[in-house]
Amino acid sequence: MTDTTQLAIVKRPLRWGRVLDHLVLILGALFMLIPLLMVLQTTTTTDLETIKNGPELVIGDQFDDNFMSAMFQASGFSGENTGIQMLINSLILGIGFALGKIAIGMMAAYALVYFRLRFATFAFWLIFTTLLLPLEVRILPSYEIAQKLGLLNTYTGLIVPLIASATATFFFRQFFRSVPEELVEAARIDGAGPVKFFIDILVPLSQTMIAAMFIIMFVFGWNQYLWPTMVTTEEGMYTLVRGIKQLTQDLEGTNIPKYGRANMLALIAILPPVLVVIFFQSWFVKGLTESDK
Amino acid sequence: MKRAGFATRWLPILLLLPQLAIIALFFYWPAAHAVQSSFYLEDPFGFGSSFVGFDNYTHLAGNSEYGRIAQFTLLFTVLVTFFSLALALLLAVKADNVIRGAKMYRTLLMWVYAVAPPVAGFIGLLMFNQNWGPLAELAKSFGWDFKLGVNFGDTATAMVLVSVWKQVPVNFIFFLSGLQSIPKSVREAALIDARSSFRRFWDVTFPLLAPTGFFLLIINITYALFDTFGVVDVLVKGEPGNNPMTLVYKVYVDGFRGNDIGGSSAQSVILMVLVLALTIFQFRLVERRIHYT
Repeated sequence: MTDTTQLAIVKRPLRWGRVLDHLVLILGALFMLIPLLMVLQTTTTTDLETIKNGPELVIGDQFDDNFMSAMFQASGFSGENTGIQMLINSLILGIGFALGKIAIGMMAAYALVYFRLRFATFAFWLIFTTLLLPLEVRILPSYEIAQKLGLLNTYTGLIVPLIASATATFFFRQFFRSVPEELVEAARIDGAGPVKFFIDILVPLSQTMIAAMFIIMFVFGWNQYLWPTMVTTEEGMYTLVRGIKQLTQDLEGTNIPKYGRANMLALIAILPPVLVVIFFQSWFVKGLTESDK
Repeated sequence: MKRAGFATRWLPILLLLPQLAIIALFFYWPAAHAVQSSFYLEDPFGFGSSFVGFDNYTHLAGNSEYGRIAQFTLLFTVLVTFFSLALALLLAVKADNVIRGAKMYRTLLMWVYAVAPPVAGFIGLLMFNQNWGPLAELAKSFGWDFKLGVNFGDTATAMVLVSVWKQVPVNFIFFLSGLQSIPKSVREAALIDARSSFRRFWDVTFPLLAPTGFFLLIINITYALFDTFGVVDVLVKGEPGNNPMTLVYKVYVDGFRGNDIGGSSAQSVILMVLVLALTIFQFRLVERRIHYT
């Protein structure tokens, strides 16, 4: 069979199939996108307009006003949880969590892979077990400990308990094991000690892995809800995601609900992690599909 | 362990210390404490606690409300898992077919990964807003008076829909990467053997995706059980009333709001056992992964 005949057979039935493929994909993309577009539209109109007509296909001119009130007005009594303060808190949580997790995970993985340790297997299992139970099932006692240590309403209390699982450790352990043995041997012959080998060879070698982990962990940290809800009670410590519930209560009030402001805050809570995921898509997908397997 | 490791004694211990300290403090201690307090009845006014054996558990077994919530959680988990897997598989197969716009579709179908569950819940509140929500309007045009937060069935429908919307991207990413790792030779052979694309999918692609599918099945069940906390919390507006809720939400409501520490801990322990069983099942599956290649 020559190429041309094969094409002739295959091409015809495929064409309609292609149209169908695109149709399904477009519908899927709209299913994902329409809720966001609705939020976006309501941030550009006045609240009265939204209440009267619901979301429309027109873009209004209230974006600036809504943005200013979202960023610089507070919803609570204390006046401390302005959008800008919550944004800062979210960034601290996202970045602090990602960096902490990567640093601790890399160190532990390095110790497990490159050293002769008597209790290595035991340590491995101790760390390994943390993958089995999510934070949600041990939330109350975790809260009690944070309370006893005086960590409520602190950034430490927000970040550190969340780090207590071994996802990053496993990810780096897998990666370190795939690094060729010859590198360590060469480094030792050249007289490099374990610290120098780690900083000068292993860390630069892991750059892509670190980037992928950072993206996943940043998104994970930024999106935390239950733990921040429990551990932060002062409004000045709220993250954007934690502040979401207060927004819904705002919409219940007897006054005109401030849809513009609330939706703008929701948008600000969505955009940073979404943009990170979109811009670093290939790293992110690689990190995700390789770490979870 | 690498063959050519370093022999330093104190360094690996130092490297492991931060990880071990954090998991001891915020993983093992809380988990153990949850198990312990599930056997005690705590005085709500803080005047000590008394050992009650399995009372907290037998209470739960006889509690019809807990039974109802468990039933709802089961139904919710089945629905969310089924729909988000099915939809994601369909979209991934289509996205794998097309060449034009492939990258665009990929981006449009995966960005929701980065949206936090409570924020997804917030968007759900807007979509189902009684007065102007687009989905409520749509339901109205079919004569369905959608009452989110009032009608049990309506609230449950919204919970499932929002949770599916949030979970499709993860499944999509994994299915697509699974599809793309199917060797070209296998695809071409299938193309010759089976003319209909329907047959090709069920006889070749689907079995090859089975390992990814099983892995995702567990991920999705865990998601529906635990990570939907934010969705549930926002959609019921923090007022459980007679609204549907999941088992994890009940742990939170009883323990944090109702101050029933013993009962809440017993529920935590039940969930721990459940998730342990799931994870062990998953590891056994991964061990003898179903392979056809």
